[in-house]
Amino acid sequence: MKDLTIQLLIDGLTLGFVYSIIAVGYSLVYGILEFINFANSEIFMVGAFIGAEVLIILQKVGILGNIPIPIALFIAITISVILSGSLGVLIDKVAYKPIRNSPKLVAFISAIGVSFFLQDAVRIIEAVWKNAFYVNAPDVLTYKIKFSDNTNIPVKFLFIVGSSIFVMGIVTLFINKTKWGKAMRAVAQDSTTASLMGINTEKMISMTFFIGAALGGFAGTLFTIQYSLVHPYVGFVLGIKSFTAAVFGGIGNLPGAMLGGIILGLIETFGSAFLSNLTNGIIGSEYKDVFAFSILILILIFKPNGLLGSTVKEKV
Amino acid sequence: MKKVILVMDYIFIFMMPLLLYYNYNSSVIFLLFLLSIFRLYRTDIMLKMKFLLLIFDILVVLPTALNSNSYFIDIATQICIYSILAVGLNIVVGFAGLLDLGYVAFYAAGAYVYAIFASNQANNFLPKFFVQFPISGEWFWVFLIFAMIVSAIVGIVLGLPVLRLKGDYLAIVTLGFGEIIRIILNNLDKPINITNGPRGITPISPPRLFGIEFNSPINYYFITIFILIIVIFFVNRVNYSRIGRSWAAIREDELAARSMGISLVKMKLMAFAYGASLAGMAGVVFSAKQTFIEPTSFGFMESIGILAMVILGGLGSISGAVTGATILVLLKLLILKDFSEFLGNIADSGLISIPTELDPAKYERLVFGIILVLACIFRPKGILPGKRSIEYLKKMLPGDIQKINPNS
Repeated sequence: MKDLTIQLLIDGLTLGFVYSIIAVGYSLVYGILEFINFANSEIFMVGAFIGAEVLIILQKVGILGNIPIPIALFIAITISVILSGSLGVLIDKVAYKPIRNSPKLVAFISAIGVSFFLQDAVRIIEAVWKNAFYVNAPDVLTYKIKFSDNTNIPVKFLFIVGSSIFVMGIVTLFINKTKWGKAMRAVAQDSTTASLMGINTEKMISMTFFIGAALGGFAGTLFTIQYSLVHPYVGFVLGIKSFTAAVFGGIGNLPGAMLGGIILGLIETFGSAFLSNLTNGIIGSEYKDVFAFSILILILIFKPNGLLGSTVKEKV
Repeated sequence: MKKVILVMDYIFIFMMPLLLYYNYNSSVIFLLFLLSIFRLYRTDIMLKMKFLLLIFDILVVLPTALNSNSYFIDIATQICIYSILAVGLNIVVGFAGLLDLGYVAFYAAGAYVYAIFASNQANNFLPKFFVQFPISGEWFWVFLIFAMIVSAIVGIVLGLPVLRLKGDYLAIVTLGFGEIIRIILNNLDKPINITNGPRGITPISPPRLFGIEFNSPINYYFITIFILIIVIFFVNRVNYSRIGRSWAAIREDELAARSMGISLVKMKLMAFAYGASLAGMAGVVFSAKQTFIEPTSFGFMESIGILAMVILGGLGSISGAVTGATILVLLKLLILKDFSEFLGNIADSGLISIPTELDPAKYERLVFGIILVLACIFRPKGILPGKRSIEYLKKMLPGDIQKINPNS
């Protein structure tokens, strides 16, 4: 029982950190534009593909085995982060900027369109390039540290948790301590006043999209490292769950998004593991998405401000 | 110049039906024929005359000309089914302004209600009374109404808790409900086998009337077109009634509508119920036509497809919803498919090698995605915009509304 709990804890935290990084992306964009960047989940998927392809190319060229694994992962993550971040900015320029002043729903629908477009665009690229539907990245970091007689802690897990905490720390510092971060927060609070104070709002919006999308790409690469198999439709459900995490913690609130992601990952893993025990196998892990969606609905209905969010009053 | 265009239109409108008789296998002529119906709808001729010609084109020319081309008839039937769905979603999104991303759940509810009772499926969980399942095809007509009621109830039950939410939060919650219903349908084969899980339900009895079985494509075409005509008539009446005006008021300004004494809860629930009931009816027709249904037919993609139809056609406009449905169904079933075949022919002839995974018929998400983005950027009001938005009224009375309300 104790071993099982540790195993579930490891799985839940891995999933939770992936959720929370994507959730930060949703939260940042929502904070500044008050709109759900539905395409964020697909940027995550693109990031996962880029990470996988970089690892595959490194393997083909023959350097994957010859350089230390952390350096290879660092290369994959860097390329993925830069490309996904640029993709995020590009999406904003093409699909959101022309309709910045339209009703919010129009932008939301446009975001859905972008997300569907990206799914099949990646599929087409893979089809033309490799005539395949999904990619299988080389499995790296397979060592395990012996914890007790029956439990091993995979190094992968330590890498994912460590790098996530590191990246989140950098993002938090950037937003709270630097001048650019201050400008971003100012635009989020009141974009008109911010622009009167000499802040280039469009530039700040682009930067927000870059950071959000880069985090998506980072989470995608972590996903590739953990699960190896990536297909174009992997982003949708994961994205909805990450959005749940963002709302859970209080949307627009970064520590909240991180906390929400970790809690959601743990709830999902433990919930689906114990659900079948509790119901004698009638309801099993196939309902784990129902579980996550129900949490989303319950939070949105009963506590739309989330755990750490503040109340927003309707303006008349 | 205008007269020339009008004359050209007349020639086009009268020529296309003849051409359709002449060559009923050409996709191009079929598309042009449908375009001629659209042009007919848009020309300025006498209303009665226009109406008669429309009915003649739809009820006489199309079925007789395409009698021996069952694939085109099937496409026409699909257009009708999706038009019913689009008109229904248009009530929720276009009239009342509530973005519903789980609309397909109601479609699934209708389809499964008929499928379970019109196949052996109901024997698994209902005790054997004097009724023996599958029920006979005469019940199809009863189930059209019954499914409307069931779906409307599902709509109200799902609508009640989400009424406090607005905009994108509402959209995400309805998306969640839609996915939950699909997952439940997918897993409800145990402990009691109700939906037969991912294997789907088949065979489903086709409709019957006075001992005649309806099982050819042309029969389904007539069933769906009659339902569509009734639905359009009915929804049009509702739109111009007190209910429709309340919906428009809620959509444009919720606070103002509430202070005018409109009950938000009642009107929003009504929009959900009306939209859901139409989807339920479309679901019954769909399951009877396919004689096989499975949960994957009711995914998120389907909801987005219907939403794309409504957005492309024009929010808040019934003719727009039908136009959008027609365009997207044609795109999916005719144009992409023809393009696939074309690419396949090139690949077979060996000129260039095309990867087998690259099959345009599989890439409807790409096309729907591009359409959604382009429609949002360049024509957010759609092809045939609704006629009761604040922007439209402003155009009608330049200056007047601004004088009354300086903030608008």
